[in-house]
Amino acid sequence: MEYLDFEIPVKELEAQIEKAKILQQESDTDMSKNIDELTARLVKTRKDISKKLTAWQRVQLSRHPNRPYTLSYINAMTEGNFLELFGDRGVKDDKAMIGGWGMLGKESVMFIGQQKGVNTKMRQYRNFGMANPEGYRKALRLMKMAEKFNKPVVALIDTPGAFPGLEAEERGQGEAIARNIMEMARLKVPIICIIIGEGASGGAIGIGVGDRVLMLENTWYSVISPESCSSILWRSWDYKEVAAEALKLTAKDMLKNKLIDGVISEPLGGAHVNPIEMFETVRKTILSELRKLKKLPPEKLVEQRINKFCEMGVFNG
Amino acid sequence: MGWFKRSKDGITTNTVDKKETPEGLWHKCPKCKVIVSVDDNKANLYVCANCGHHGRINAKEYFQILFDDGKFTELDADLVSQDPLKFEDTKKYADRLKSTIAKTGLNDAVSSAYGKLNGKDITIAAMNFNFIGGSMGSVVGEKIARAMDHSLKHKIPFLMISKSGGARMMEAAFSLMQMAKTSAKIALLDDAKIPYISLLTDPTTGGVTASFAMLGDINIAEPNALIGFAGPRVVKETIGKELPEGFQTSEFLVEKGFLDFIVERKDLKKKITQFLTAVE
Ligand SMILES: [Zn+2]
Repeated sequence: MEYLDFEIPVKELEAQIEKAKILQQESDTDMSKNIDELTARLVKTRKDISKKLTAWQRVQLSRHPNRPYTLSYINAMTEGNFLELFGDRGVKDDKAMIGGWGMLGKESVMFIGQQKGVNTKMRQYRNFGMANPEGYRKALRLMKMAEKFNKPVVALIDTPGAFPGLEAEERGQGEAIARNIMEMARLKVPIICIIIGEGASGGAIGIGVGDRVLMLENTWYSVISPESCSSILWRSWDYKEVAAEALKLTAKDMLKNKLIDGVISEPLGGAHVNPIEMFETVRKTILSELRKLKKLPPEKLVEQRINKFCEMGVFNG
Repeated sequence: MGWFKRSKDGITTNTVDKKETPEGLWHKCPKCKVIVSVDDNKANLYVCANCGHHGRINAKEYFQILFDDGKFTELDADLVSQDPLKFEDTKKYADRLKSTIAKTGLNDAVSSAYGKLNGKDITIAAMNFNFIGGSMGSVVGEKIARAMDHSLKHKIPFLMISKSGGARMMEAAFSLMQMAKTSAKIALLDDAKIPYISLLTDPTTGGVTASFAMLGDINIAEPNALIGFAGPRVVKETIGKELPEGFQTSEFLVEKGFLDFIVERKDLKKKITQFLTAVE
C-alpha cells in the first residue's frame, strides 16, 4: 500500500496494528484490547482526515496509486462475465480505451471506459489513460452496437485528458470527441456515466454525455487539471491547490452547480481502502439507476438527456 | 484553452491592434508587413491584397460581408456572463469581464443574427476573438444554442463561424458542459434535416474544435487558419520535437480529411449559396 502525505497518520496506526497482531501471534499474549483500541483510533483518524479533505487532496485521492481502475470495476461487478471487444475498425485498437459486453446479474450492459496501467510498463501500454481518436471511435462503435441491441451503456471515466500527440491531431482528436458527444446526446438507450478517478476536460466528456452522470466522492471533473490551470492562469506551477479550489471540481461542488446528477459515497478513506466495497456500491447504483431509466421510452429518454445538458450554464439576460 | 499563450507565438496580433496601427488610417499586414489604407483593407474584406493573409475579424464584420446589403437582426445581444464560480486568478474574472466589455463594446465572445444570404434565410453565429480569446463560457454556449433554436424553429440553415482558443477556464465545468449543450443541439438540427455549415477561422482550437466546429454537414475553413484540438505548444511538448511545416493549418486538415474545402473570404458567400442550393 502506498500513502499520500495526508495519509501518514493512517500509515502509522496501520503499522502499529500490524505490529500488535504479530506480537500477539508470536508471544501468545492477548493483545485484542490493544488492537481494538488502535483500530478505533484508525477509524477516527480516517474520519477526521476525510472530513477536512481539501479540493486538491481529493484530486490526489483520485490519482491514488492504489485506486482501482476501470477493468477492475468491470471484472468485479460482472464476476468475470465480461466479453472485451477491440478496435475502431479504422486505425487500430486503443489500449487507453476499453469496452465490451458485461453481465450485471441478469442485465447485459455495454461497458466503455478509459483504462490506466497498474505499473510502469502497463502505464505506458495504456498511455496513462489518455485515449487517441481511435479510442473515442472504438467507444462510439460499441455504443452504437448497444443501441442496435437495445442494451444500456455504462461509461467509466478516468482520464488525465485526451492524448495531445501529433498523430492524435492528424487523425482528428477534436472531430472524434465532438462526434461522440453529439451521438451520445441522441443514443436511444440508457447511458450512465460514472467518474471513477479523473475527469479531465474533453477527454472525459468524450464519453461523458449520459442520462445519469455520477461522480465518486473523491474524484474531480473539470475543463482543465489544477496543474495546467495554475500554469496557464497564474503562469506558475505553484498554484495547483488554489486552482483546485477555484475550479470547483469536486463531486460535491459539481452537484451543487447542477452539472452532475449525483455523488457515490466511497468507503471510509477512499476507494483504494476497500475496493470490494466500492465495486459493490457502484454495481448497486448502476442497477438501481437502470431500473428507473428503462421505464422511459427512447424518445423521452433522449429528450430528457438533451434538455438536461441544454439547461447547464449561468448567465444574465 | 491557452488563448493568451498563443498570441505570443507570433501568429498574429489582435484585431484592435491591426485596425489602429498606425494612426488609425493605415493597416499593416501582420504577415507580410505591407501597409494599405484602412478603407482599402475593409474593401478587400480584411484580406491582404499582397499576400492573401486573412485578417482576424469579428462577428459584425462577417455579418456585413455575408448578409444581403449588410442587413440582419441580432439575437440575444444582451446575454452576459454571471461569473458563477466567483473565479479569481491573478485577477477577478468579474473585473476581467467588465474591462473586456468596456474595451470591446461586446457582451461576450459570440454574436448571432438572422437575415438573408443571397435571398436565402439563414441564422449565423460568429465568434469574437478579442473577447477573452473567443473562449467558450456559458454565454457563448447559450447564444449558439439559441441561434440553433432559431434555425430549428424557422427551419432555416445555420452557419457557425468559429474563432476561439477553446474553453473559458474561469467558468470551469460550466464551460465544459457547453460542448455537450451545443453538440446536442446539432443532433436536433441533424434530425430535423436542417443544413449546418461550420466555418473554421484562425484560430479554432480546444473545446470548440472538439464540439460544434467539427460537426458541420460541411466543415470549411479560411486559408492558413490554425485548427486543432491541442494547441501547437502542447503537442510540441508532448512529442518533444519540432512540429512539421504546416501542421494544424487549414491545408493540413483538408489533406487529413477533416475539412471539405478551403474558402477565401471573397468566395465565402458564393460557396455557401452553392451548398445551400444543392441541398434545399
Ligand atoms: Zn500580407
